[in-house]
Amino acid sequence: MSSLLKITDLHVSVEDKPILKGVSLDIRQGETHALMGPNGSGKSTLAYTLVGHPKYEVTSGSIEIDGTPLNELDPCERARLGLFLAFQYPVTIPGVKVADFLRHAVTNIRNPVRKEGEGLIPMRDFRKELKERMEQLGMDIEFARRYLNEGFSGGEKKRMEILQLAMLQPRFAILDETDSGLDSDAVRVVSEGLRKLAGPQMGVLIITHHERLLEYNIPQFTHVMLAGKIVETGDASLAHELHNQGYAAVRQRHPHEAAEEQERQKAAGPGVVVGAH
Amino acid sequence: MTTDVPVLEDEIGVGDYQYGFHDPTDKYVFQSRRGLDRAIVEQISEMKSEPKWMREFRLEALDIFFRKPMPSWGGDMSQLDFQNMFYYVKASQGQEKSWDDVPEDIRKTYDRLGIPEAEKKYLAGVKAQYESEVVYGSLQEDLSKQGVIFTDMDSALRDYPDLVREYFSTVIPSADNKFAALNSAVWSGGSFIYVPKGVKIEFPLQAYFRINTQNMGQFERTLIIVDEGASVHYVEGCTAPTYSSDSLHSAVVEILVKRGGRCRYTTIQNWSNNVYNLVTKRAKAYGDSLMEWVDGNLGSRLTMKYPAIYLMEPGARGETLSIAFAGKGQHQDAGAKMVHCAPHTSSRVISKSISKDGGRASYRGLVKATHDAHHCKSNVVCDALILDSHSRSDTYPYIEVNQDNLTIEHEASVSKIAEEQLLYLMSRGMSETEASAMIVTGFIEPLVKELPMEYAVEMNRLIELQMEGSVG
Repeated sequence: MSSLLKITDLHVSVEDKPILKGVSLDIRQGETHALMGPNGSGKSTLAYTLVGHPKYEVTSGSIEIDGTPLNELDPCERARLGLFLAFQYPVTIPGVKVADFLRHAVTNIRNPVRKEGEGLIPMRDFRKELKERMEQLGMDIEFARRYLNEGFSGGEKKRMEILQLAMLQPRFAILDETDSGLDSDAVRVVSEGLRKLAGPQMGVLIITHHERLLEYNIPQFTHVMLAGKIVETGDASLAHELHNQGYAAVRQRHPHEAAEEQERQKAAGPGVVVGAH
Repeated sequence: MTTDVPVLEDEIGVGDYQYGFHDPTDKYVFQSRRGLDRAIVEQISEMKSEPKWMREFRLEALDIFFRKPMPSWGGDMSQLDFQNMFYYVKASQGQEKSWDDVPEDIRKTYDRLGIPEAEKKYLAGVKAQYESEVVYGSLQEDLSKQGVIFTDMDSALRDYPDLVREYFSTVIPSADNKFAALNSAVWSGGSFIYVPKGVKIEFPLQAYFRINTQNMGQFERTLIIVDEGASVHYVEGCTAPTYSSDSLHSAVVEILVKRGGRCRYTTIQNWSNNVYNLVTKRAKAYGDSLMEWVDGNLGSRLTMKYPAIYLMEPGARGETLSIAFAGKGQHQDAGAKMVHCAPHTSSRVISKSISKDGGRASYRGLVKATHDAHHCKSNVVCDALILDSHSRSDTYPYIEVNQDNLTIEHEASVSKIAEEQLLYLMSRGMSETEASAMIVTGFIEPLVKELPMEYAVEMNRLIELQMEGSVG
């Protein structure tokens, strides 16, 4: 039976400022969804809310995986239920080697009831698996010995996110602008990597401005977000249209949300984009 | 207590410090009365059958101790009651060469601390000090054949009187500070090491210090002489039972590293949280030698310790790596002193401190150069990590330089565990505790990787224990 990530009428505030205003979305294992929308429309907010960032407060609505509500769970518990976010800006953890970090992560995700201090997966098996995955993603095995994201280029960080995705094999993966800030070669590597990984066992939500990632990973559903709501849902051709023509047509079709978007931008002041990091 | 199982403090709810158990004391050979005066000092000297010069040295130091005021800086010592302490406690008849001959209670304690096991695996020699005296000692035979001396300080005074008299108190005079004076008056135990010219000891020599009695004062006195071109790595570990009232550990460690010699002194201090740890450590490094302090302070209520290196001749190098962890009710006031007394000398200090649950970690350091110490280099880096808003970190760097032709660099950083780092690790399935521990382990990794593997593992394990249950 395929799993279901169900988001129902989700309202989210950051520091008492409402950002999401009623988002509903169903993602099944095996499906690929694209989430598009102008800056500040709430895409990243949705991603952070799903993984349980403490700054993002759910004021109403629900997130469930197969009927289990996530609202009260911390990010660790959500991850162990099979949720994964490829971060837009992966943080550096100085002094922590990629291999040590991944061995802990893989152990916890595969054995969700593991307590601190209990044994890790055998080193030999882990090494073999890590090496295979790194080769598949065209990564130098030397990365495993480096400190997590320390001194990594933008492309290396994004590839590291995809490596984690490959090792953790989540049921639901959210990719928050994994293709942004990359040159076209890096986008190709990341896109191909994702295509190999996504399969019938993974539901994918791709948040993107670009089309490239979607060329390799054709979405069954494209959602457009404006002012904290999903205002349109279509298929891959909607993504194509947005990429070519921008959001002017969307704003015309949804004048109420477009007006709200303008209000918000004014309130935030010049040069500041609400909801972005 | 007459059971043969040491009392586990955990069972009576004292805390989660792993080494907080204590042994029965009813079979002890001797215990001085509480308090400190001339009679006690004379009694200690008498029991040890010391030469007259040492007795006089002690009594003179006692006068200095009484004359000197308590330091007005550093940590809070207002609860420290010198007259409530036991200054000399002898638990067994003498030092044994086999663990089988060590009294059972004491042997079991060292078993629990893993000393005999470590000795088999990777140590060249061991001294185990229990209360005031060394109860067990060993040294690999080939080392003693090469003329290496590794014994306790009391035996050294008896067996190598000339060597001891030549060097004793030449690096740290009694009048150096109040606690050096105290140690000089009532010292007992500690290690004496002599490494002859050109002898390089491959595996570490380890001393293990254990306080068992409540209100105990432990005052070991260590003297290490590394002759020309020789090298040694000495490691000390310390633990004590958890009691509701305080004990005092006040050691003096003197080291001489002669031309081209090398000495590394590693401390993994894990006293229980009722121990005042007020220690004076100083080394003199001569031409082209290298002296290194690796100083890990995890335990104690208050530690005040600033291992010093006096760079005496050109080419001498000094290095201090310091890790301090201050948890609930703890104040680690630790650091380093580098004194450049000659031209073309160099020093480096790397300090990492972590404070959590209201703990306070201070870095206090001195870099000094005398007027003719030109072309010297010194580099000091202090990083502090604060785990929560009610913990504290301070940095007190002092620089005293009397001339221009030298390079001194000082960098300091203070950071908090970022919410984004916790989120990142937790979103990969780590619990909050696990994530914090991982960030802390990473923070000290640049220092820990300098340690031999066994000690790196031990250090990481202790840090993890400190981190357990620290969140939520």
